[in-house]
This record gives sequence, C-alpha cells and structure tokens, in this order.
Amino acid sequence: MADRITLQIARYRPEQESEATFDEFDVPCPKDWVILDGLNHVKDQLDGTLAYRWSCRMGICGSCGMTVNGEPKLTCATFLHEYAPGPIRVEPLRNFPVIRDLIVDIGDFMRKLVTVKPWVVRDEERPLAAGEFRQTPDEMDEYKQYSMCINCMLCYSACPIYGLDPKFLGPAAIALAQRYNLDNRDQGSGERMEVLSEHEGIWGCTFVGECTKVCPKHVDPAGAIQRYKLTAALESMKSFFLPRGA
Amino acid sequence: MTPSHDVVLVGGGGAGLRAAIAIAETNPRLTIAVVSKVYPMRSHTVSAEGGAAGAIAPDDSLDEHAYDTISGGDWMCDQDAVEAFVKEAPQELLRLEHWGCPWSREADGRIAVRPFGGMKNMRTWFAADKTGFHMLHTLFQTSLKYASVVRYDEWFVTRLLVDDGRVQGVVAIDLKSGKVEAITARAVILCTGGCGKVFPFTTNAAIKSGDGMALAYRAGAPLKDMEFLQYHPTGLPFTGILITEAARAEGGLMLNKDGYRYLQDYNLGTPQPHPVLRTMELGPRDRLSQAFMKELEKGRTIETPYGHVVHLDLRHLGAKKINAKIPFVRELCIKYQGLDPVKELIPVRPVVHYMMGGVHTDINGATPLPGLYAAGETACVSINGANRLGSNSLTECLVFGARAGQAAAEYASLGLEVNPRVIAQKTDEHRRLEHDLLNKKGRERLATLREEMQKSMEQSAGIYRAGASLRTGMDEIRRLQERYADVAIEDHSRTFNTERIAALELGCMLDVAESIVTAATRREESRGAHQRTDFAKRDDVRYLAHSMIYRNADGSARVDYLPVTITRWPPAERVYGEKAPHGGPNHVADRALSSGAGV
Repeated sequence: MADRITLQIARYRPEQESEATFDEFDVPCPKDWVILDGLNHVKDQLDGTLAYRWSCRMGICGSCGMTVNGEPKLTCATFLHEYAPGPIRVEPLRNFPVIRDLIVDIGDFMRKLVTVKPWVVRDEERPLAAGEFRQTPDEMDEYKQYSMCINCMLCYSACPIYGLDPKFLGPAAIALAQRYNLDNRDQGSGERMEVLSEHEGIWGCTFVGECTKVCPKHVDPAGAIQRYKLTAALESMKSFFLPRGA
Repeated sequence: MTPSHDVVLVGGGGAGLRAAIAIAETNPRLTIAVVSKVYPMRSHTVSAEGGAAGAIAPDDSLDEHAYDTISGGDWMCDQDAVEAFVKEAPQELLRLEHWGCPWSREADGRIAVRPFGGMKNMRTWFAADKTGFHMLHTLFQTSLKYASVVRYDEWFVTRLLVDDGRVQGVVAIDLKSGKVEAITARAVILCTGGCGKVFPFTTNAAIKSGDGMALAYRAGAPLKDMEFLQYHPTGLPFTGILITEAARAEGGLMLNKDGYRYLQDYNLGTPQPHPVLRTMELGPRDRLSQAFMKELEKGRTIETPYGHVVHLDLRHLGAKKINAKIPFVRELCIKYQGLDPVKELIPVRPVVHYMMGGVHTDINGATPLPGLYAAGETACVSINGANRLGSNSLTECLVFGARAGQAAAEYASLGLEVNPRVIAQKTDEHRRLEHDLLNKKGRERLATLREEMQKSMEQSAGIYRAGASLRTGMDEIRRLQERYADVAIEDHSRTFNTERIAALELGCMLDVAESIVTAATRREESRGAHQRTDFAKRDDVRYLAHSMIYRNADGSARVDYLPVTITRWPPAERVYGEKAPHGGPNHVADRALSSGAGV
C-alpha cells in the first residue's frame, strides 16, 4: 500500500470567489486513517482555512457527511486506503446549498422535520404515576429501524427526486414520521398524514432506493416510504367509500 | 435590534434540551433560546452508549443507589444532591419513556435494566448500546413541539454579559455569517458538556473543549473539583473510541498479555464465571484504570503501535447476545478496529472520558453568580465526587437539566430587567473577535499549541500524578498561555470560519487545563480518580472538601475549599469484591447475575 494519497478537496469561499475550485493535498495513508483524519491533517498541518464539520468521529453524530469520489459518505467511517492509489475527490454533499468549502446548509431539512411532528402525539398525556407504556420487543421492532436515523443527510444527497424537487419532504423526514406512526405509544398518525400524503410528501418518491443504499445506519427510508404509500392509499380509499364521520 | 429572550441555554445536548423543555413547561410565556455551536442532534450526548441509572427493580432501593454513588465517588459527593438525584432519576427516565425513548424491554414489555460498574443492583436503563443517541434524539424531537424554544444552531458563545453582578445574556458568533451578536436574557444556563479535548487521548468528541467552564470562570463563577478527571478503562487504542462498560456488564473479561484476569490482583474480588456486581470487571472505572497502570509497570500489557493495551474478551458471550445487547460495540470494532469481537480479543486501554468537576452549582443548578445556571457535565453539583459511576451521567443531564430549567424559569419570571447598557459589552467583544483574532498576524501554529497542551496534561495530570510533574505541567501551561497570545489565524474570512472557532476553543481549554493542574497540585492526597504518588492515602482531615477555583483579576487562579455535604453516609473505606461494602443502609449480599433479561 502506498504510504501517501492525494486528496482533491472542493473549495468555495463565497467572500472571494463565485465558484468552487479544487485544491490538492498529499496526506499520509496509514491503514487506520479515515478520510476525516486526512482532512484534519490538512487543516492542522497544511491549510488552516479548510472548512468542514466533524465531531464524534465514531459514526453517530452525523456531522461529517461529504461526497467522496461521487458517493455520499460519512468521512469518519470511510477509510483512505479503500481508495488507494487515489486520488480521492472530496466534495460537499449534493442537493444542498454550499455555505463554504465542504459545509452545506441543511436548514431545509430542519424545517421539514418539524412539519412531520417527530414526537409522541397523545390524545391525553399519560400521567407519570401510571408508569411506563408497555412495549414488547416485537412492538419495538416495528419502528426501531427508523429510530436509528442520525440525520446525516446522506439520503438527501443521494435522492434524485430531492435533487429535482426541493419541495419533496425527503427520505429521513418520512422515515422519522414512520418511526412515530409505528410506535404503539403514539396517536398522531392522522395528524402526520396531512403532510405525508401531499404530493411533496411520499408521492414524490418514485422508489429509486438510493437513500437506502447510502444510509450508514441501515434505516431503509425507501422501505418506510413504500410502506407508508400503502397505508395512505388504504386511508384514501376508506375516505372515498366512507364519508367523513362514518 | 439585539435578540432578547427570557432564558438563554448555551448547549443543546441532553442537559440543555431537558432544561429547555422544563422551562417551556414551567412557564409557557417565557421565550427560550438554545444557542449551540453544533446542531443539537450533533451534541456529544449522542455518543453515550451503556445506559442511564434509576432504581426501579423490586429488589433495589434509592438508598442503595445513593450508597453506590457516594462510595463510588470516594465520599466527595454532596449527599443532599445525591439523594435528590436518586429520587428523581426514575421519574425522569420514565418521562423520557413517555416521550418515546426506545428503552430496551423485558419480554412482557416492561422496562429492562442492566448491571453496571460499581452498582450493587441492576438499575441501568438502556436502549441497546446507543442509549445516549436515543435519549438525545428523543429530547431533540420532543423539543420541536414547543414554539417557545428558539434555536440558534451553529452559534458559538464567546462571552457572558455581566452587569451589576448579574448575568444578562451572551455574546455569540453566528458561524454561517460570521456576525458577532449580543443575545440578552434574564437568565443563562450553561450546558456545554465536558472538556476531554484538553487531553490527547479521549473518548470525547472534537467539540468537547470545556467552553462553558471557561465562560463561567472568566465571568467570576468558581470551578469545583477540577482535579477529578475520569479515565475509562476500555478505549480502542488508535481512535479512543469507547467500548462501553455494558460489554463487561454483559460478561466481558479483562485479560493481560498472559490471558490472566488481572483485576483479581487489585482488591476487586476473585474471578467468577459470571459477572458479579461491584466485583472484578464490574468494579469502578478509577480502580480499573489504575489497575491497568500497575499491569503496565509489571510488564504484563501488550505493546502496539498505539501504546500498550490489555484485552477485553467477549468471545464467550456469543454472536446472539452481542448482537442483542451490545450491537454498537460489534459495529465499532469491525469498522474501526478491523476485528470481530465474536471471534477476537478487543485491544483496549484507559482513555480520558469524563470531568467530574465543573462549574460550581447548588442543588438547583444555580451558580454563585446571579442569573447564571449550569447542568450536566459542565456543572459540578456534585453527585459524582471523586469518581463517577457509569450510567449516572445521562441521568444527571435529565435530573439537573430539569432542575436548572425550573430554577432559571422561576428566576426569569421575577421581572428583573436586562440593563440596556450590557449590550455595549458587545463592542469590546467584537474588537477582540475581529481585530485581535480575525485580522491578526500571529506566529504560533494553532495545532502545535493544542498538541503541546494535550501532551503536557497527559504527562503531568494523568492517571497517576505527583507534585513535581504537576509543577512542570503548570509551567508548561503558563508558557502555552503566553504563546497563545501570538496564535496565527490563516483564515481571515467571516463565513463559517472554523479556524477562529478552534482558536477560541483552545483559549477555553487552556483555562480549563490551568484549573485542572492547579486543583491537582493543591490536593495532597489520593482519592478516587485523583491519585498522587507522593500522597498515596486519602486524607479526610485535610481534604474532605471541594476545591473551588476562582479567577483573580490578573488572570491567575485562586483556590478555596468548601466542605462536602454529608447527610447519612459518613466517610468509610471503599471496598469492592466479595469483602462487600459494609457501610450502606439496606445493603444486599453479592449475588451472581441471571443472564436472561430481555432486550
């Protein structure tokens, strides 16, 4: 294995330039270095102006998603040597406005997330004195997978629909809505349906399945969307045959 | 127009979000700002793995949880705070259950609890081994339903606004635009977490630079018990990634280079085939990390390119149990260490994990500075004393986050007005951040200063310390502080200038480093995580007291002592293993664990 590798890093400094360019850096490539270690080497030793997000470097905080050789990746969980002999092209996540260098603006997702009410909705709050809701391991399995979303935005970056129509609610927000819909403690699926069953909700999705392929936590948003389409279709048929109030 | 809120929270992790919800529920008319340098779901609570303690099992009791915590903390805990903590712990965890936290369950759907280090009973609630992740996302998503909570995502707080002896807001940089803004408030709560990045090898995320501790200290609030720093015994050697204590609670074994369960040589009991509470691998973290150092001295550790290690053996647990109870451990080992713990030994070594000390607060999270509150790892209430027990800190974020939130809400409702003249302080801060930092031409490389600080902290204030090494450490930290004044910032732009933030973080870390070394130098005894080779014994006559570190006007540190609050558990010897603790009310005999709990 080569002991060094070249990173081609996308740079964009809105105060100085109107378009992104690439800078090349030669970094060490020991077998346990991830892409993020390479970026940290650049920032600490070669160019302090490089801007990117990172925090936990153990694949759980969701900060360090970037486009690596064309694919969305968590850079703390992607090894340099996988790309030997290089070069490795590191770009910001796609489908988001770029703020600077490798940092994208995820405000759109943050606003959409609120609209699906990602919290337990109850007709009546359960008093603490009543103890816990019972939830068997099987009942938990119904939604558990969707609760593993770390909001890393790789799925939005991979989603061709979101790329074309930014109004599309998107994979993670729909998966998180389903996370609550399928939780036996929740009674909010009716309220969520208003948002999910709009055109920009689930129906935007043409089941390309890229979101599920790139998800580092195996959340399977595509599965969540397909499953919800069935629920929504049944509900809409019910409302067609059974007028409101019936 | 200066943004203005009733309460400003600095930090949006477990403690900050719990506080935000508590304020919203205490007084819905109050406006709440969550100001955090990262999006809340990136906060380091996310990395916590093993669980959150709260006594609910029929054979458990609040007194036993209190006793384990107090003895685990080597009698440095304030016992009134511990009593409040253990009492409110189960309610807080239950509240999180009602908000949707996917706690692992028994087969019949009830909450399951697991054993944990230093705990005499099974009382650790868990969501597999991603407990912190699930707690944080549950809190974050739940916080979205309160319209009174306004978020300032990716804003870095650089200073507290203080006027007339009262904290009245913050100055912060909006990372995206680079703008410096004052945000005024009737009360401020610091929930910025720990400071592990002061050391070279840590489980802590990059963001853990002790910001809140430094903000409070500079504003005149004292830091307490900063010499008590926890090394977790099981970190992966290169990355410092934590392998949760739950791995040992489920039956993992600690082995030296000869495959020998070395903990039996260090007063932690005798090896049994199954895990026994408060014994061997389920001993407290300080004692396990110290045992590693002794094994290292004896030449019984294994040398690797990333330092000496011992082994954590999970192989006998089998794939099924590992996948059910500690799947993240397997995921992390495969991904980052290139090995499968179902078949192979995991190399581990002690790693800086948690700061027991922090901003001094009372039992309601109030600091001595009016209008300023703190909760979570940033704060020192203190329930962790000289050594925190695993699974107490997530619960601490909830219990004391809620308490601080309620107290701040009440204080903010008193009607004290923000004095408009505090906003003028923004001008000073603006000058420091723009002129002194952004446009400066320094000569010292940021990363070099940071690395030198980390190295000197490890050498002087590690697992074992001595007067001489601490004095050397102090000299080095002082020199680094001088060099920091000449730090170079290559990045002169405003848009998302991460280098400016890194420089500000280094400034915080140097203050925190100084407070750690100062407190460690002055404490001439060994207690919990603070082990002095030149003062090997605990000394209750001189040091049954909290270190209180104040910042003098000239920037130097001054140390006072505050007696520890003792309510029902007079100081006694810490005993682990079969000899069993004798001082605890309602003490239960050691018992082997059954292995059949659901998931």
